[in-house]
Amino acid sequence: MPQKVVIPAPLRKYTAGAEIVELEAETIQGIIDGLETRFPGIRSGICESSGSLRRFINIYVDGEDVRFLSNLETAVRDGAEIAIVPAIAGG
Amino acid sequence: MSFVRGLKCRECGHEYPARLQAGCEDCYGPLEVDYDYDAIKGVLSRRLIESRSKTIWKYRELLPLDREPVIGLGTGGTPLLRADRLGRALGLDNLYVKNDAVNVPTLSFKDRVTGVAINKALEFGLEAVGCASTGNLANSVGANAAAAGLPSFILVPENLEPAKITATQIYGSLLIKVRGNYDDVNRLCTQIADRHPWGLVNVNLRPYYAEGSKTFGYEIAEQLGWKAPDAVVVPMAGGALISKIHKGFKELERLGLLNGEADTRFFGAQAAGCNPIVDAVKRGSRDIRPVKPSTIAKSLAIGNPADGYFAAGLIAQTGGWGEDVTDEEIVSGIRLLAETEGIFTETAGGVTVAVTRKLAAQGRLRRDALTVLAITGNGLKTQDALQLEPAPVIEPKLAAFEAVIERAAAGAVA
Repeated sequence: MPQKVVIPAPLRKYTAGAEIVELEAETIQGIIDGLETRFPGIRSGICESSGSLRRFINIYVDGEDVRFLSNLETAVRDGAEIAIVPAIAGG
Repeated sequence: MSFVRGLKCRECGHEYPARLQAGCEDCYGPLEVDYDYDAIKGVLSRRLIESRSKTIWKYRELLPLDREPVIGLGTGGTPLLRADRLGRALGLDNLYVKNDAVNVPTLSFKDRVTGVAINKALEFGLEAVGCASTGNLANSVGANAAAAGLPSFILVPENLEPAKITATQIYGSLLIKVRGNYDDVNRLCTQIADRHPWGLVNVNLRPYYAEGSKTFGYEIAEQLGWKAPDAVVVPMAGGALISKIHKGFKELERLGLLNGEADTRFFGAQAAGCNPIVDAVKRGSRDIRPVKPSTIAKSLAIGNPADGYFAAGLIAQTGGWGEDVTDEEIVSGIRLLAETEGIFTETAGGVTVAVTRKLAAQGRLRRDALTVLAITGNGLKTQDALQLEPAPVIEPKLAAFEAVIERAAAGAVA
């Protein structure tokens, strides 16, 4: 069963406006690679050129920040919901 | 008339027109309002500011509204009090308290930011406003939205203090409890802002909202006789307030309104159960490692602070420091401020006082430095964090009263 990836507004310029994208992968890194294959250029909106996550981008797997898991190596279960959320809000 | 030039990314410098926007489209960094300071310098003077009534709007040229404000007209102008009795207890000879526990309409510094944000929402013609909140922002959005005649929806962590729930719902706000901590609520709120055309004060109205915090700094400087203090101790949740107080001092300096320089050292205060910014400062880094909050200081319980990166950098750059304190120390801090200065602050204020005690003991705060504590919220909202001694109950007889007094005197001696 594929995973659902929620694309935030600033990245939808790469996905022809799509808010939800379905992909199949085993890790977050795999999800990012899969997104790049389908939507060339989107990686640069998510990662630094070194491959690490950009400072103001957070990724959540089923609601949990991947920094509490295994970062880009975090495994994603079948049917998981992955949310890419810019870290621009706060109390 | 507005002196706003537009919005500018704090990270990459990309410029945008002044519109409803959450972050930079290039790097997702936070946006900041940019002003025409030369034009402001031409019109703004100490005399003009001093001639205006004591509210945040006396600094209106430095706030991002295009029209006259219509709500929050009484906000700001809170007391800056010399705190000699607290200073003696902490070993500090030149201590002041900036007391936003008595800000209006809702008894916290958040009234400064929502005053700007809700007026801006009216200028943008928005249909509704909302926020993610640890409580004080919820109260303030609720009150100011009601005054503006705008519907409001407010998302809070499920475990929020009952007083902060009541003091939000009373305004007719739609308050929604979210299972999870503030960071979960905040993520949801960011996603809501993506989908609905509403004004989320701490998301897509954030560049304007955050400007309101500068008035906390303007007031301190004006109340000290147009001087920046040597040091400030500021509680940190998302990390925005500390940066905006700094911006406030720097703007006054740039406009030639300060005596001397804005060379204040910034000290950040957090709870030990939620200390991601202090942790970065102590590591000598700006990179935030998020945490899962566990503290009675719920208004500071943000484990993934959006402005933490900037706050940690500012503290290091100004020669300040960060410290954190336990729940027991927080309660002691609340009691100490109340017993020495007659100010009842919420848990966040307890954090600030207790951290100040620690910094003074470490010698990081110099004894003679003019130091200002940022007291940002009111103790009536977090009474459940305090377990005080049960009050004696007596018969309505003089003898019973005298017995209580005798016991109290004996206790005081012991």
